[in-house]
Amino acid sequence: MSELMEALITMLVKVGVVFATLLFVAAYLVWLERKVIADIQVRWGPTRVGPFGLLQPIADGIKLFFKEDLIPGHVDRALFLLAPALSVIPAFLAFAVVPFGGTTTLFGLLPKPVPMYLADIDVGVLYVFGITSLGVYGIVLAGWSSNNKYSLLGGLRSSAQMISYELSMSLSVVGVLLLVGSLRLTDIVRSQEGFLLWPLPKWFVFIQPVGFVIFFTCALAETNRAPFDLPEAETELVAGFHSEYSSMKFAMFFMAEYINMATASAMATTLFLGGPLGPLGPSPVWFVGKVLVLLFVFIWFRASLPRFRYDQLMTFGWKRLLPLAFANLIVTAVAAAALGMGG
Amino acid sequence: MELAIFAGLAAVAAVSGVLVVIQRHAVYSALFLIITMGALAGLYILLEAHFVWAVQVLVYAGAIMVLFLFVIMLLNLPREDVPWRPDDFRRILIGGALAVVLVGELVLALLFQAGEQAPALPASPGFGTTETIGRLLFTEFLFPFEVTSVILLVAIVGAMVLAKKQLL
Repeated sequence: MSELMEALITMLVKVGVVFATLLFVAAYLVWLERKVIADIQVRWGPTRVGPFGLLQPIADGIKLFFKEDLIPGHVDRALFLLAPALSVIPAFLAFAVVPFGGTTTLFGLLPKPVPMYLADIDVGVLYVFGITSLGVYGIVLAGWSSNNKYSLLGGLRSSAQMISYELSMSLSVVGVLLLVGSLRLTDIVRSQEGFLLWPLPKWFVFIQPVGFVIFFTCALAETNRAPFDLPEAETELVAGFHSEYSSMKFAMFFMAEYINMATASAMATTLFLGGPLGPLGPSPVWFVGKVLVLLFVFIWFRASLPRFRYDQLMTFGWKRLLPLAFANLIVTAVAAAALGMGG
Repeated sequence: MELAIFAGLAAVAAVSGVLVVIQRHAVYSALFLIITMGALAGLYILLEAHFVWAVQVLVYAGAIMVLFLFVIMLLNLPREDVPWRPDDFRRILIGGALAVVLVGELVLALLFQAGEQAPALPASPGFGTTETIGRLLFTEFLFPFEVTSVILLVAIVGAMVLAKKQLL
């Protein structure tokens, strides 16, 4: 087998594994969310389909597949069909640069160690921000093409919200980038090796706590999660941008939302929680564990906090988070220069 | 291979560029503009300028065009039902004159370049990386870089003044 073929097959297998994992995560995150929220609200959640309702996502998937795919007569057909795809594709693409482990030989099955990431590019962080910022088009176009004022309002809110919170999100990461001196995600993970003060690992969450809080808050807003789920606010917008969607197109918006949650958690893990690092060396187990904890927090937020009002959302984003992110950046820059840290 | 990719991306950019102009609906125009931007971003990858690619996607495709769409949707522009009128001579005259000038410029540029076509040099190591670009921006191109930021600041202040007119 030639070198090229080998590289190609390795790559295809890795892409397949990541793709399948993300699909699985999207399905079972719904189950997890229903169970966790049910627990918090002292209910049972899904229990009927399989043990602990574990087969519920599969039943839901089959149901969604076989539902009638309704396209209302008043919609802008081309964009109406395009929007769900535009929403779900960036969600998958963004995961391509996240390092989810060290290297693996699959317990000695492979002749040489294979690194556990799909691509390791020089502009990793910018790649993720760039691709995820494209995800908003799906929502905006769905809102517009539905030709329905509630949907349009949802789409408009979404674009305003994403633009507002993207700024603070990018700024909150710059502190980390200053200390690492590279945009490459593997470099960022590598610079978190070792201990800050035993047994405290040298994760950026301990050096950049403010940055982490801002990043996570913005991640909630960027993924349209409560308390920032205004684009789909059920009680006032009748589900907003996806009111007119049914069947698998509807499901695709949900897949996009849950995969975006997973990607946001994975990015927070990589940037602030040491990625796949942990005792006994880097491993996907640590990575998945940390991501799951963050996903739990996502769900926890939804169960605990009421939705913001729209003006509160904008005030919070522009007048609180953005100045805080700037302050964090300036303090980090001054400290890094004074202590001679950073790249 | 490289030529084929270039030709493909260039064709996509050019065709969607034309489509931006001839669409009846502003939302579709904006979408084709995004495709044009995406194709240009692809050309940057072909030039091994990965940082410029990321910035192109992040700033133009991801932020500026979202605002474009936002404004178009906010104004709720209707579909233009007035077709192109061939009887409007002034438009044809101005457009035609501009097209002739542009084509002339292109021909002249190609003619003058043809004589001194040097073979493409391989990119130096580290070309197009974030570090190289950052270093260049803060050393060799510091002055243009700072001037650009001042221009942007002026634009921001201008937007503030226009928006807050009643306070002045």
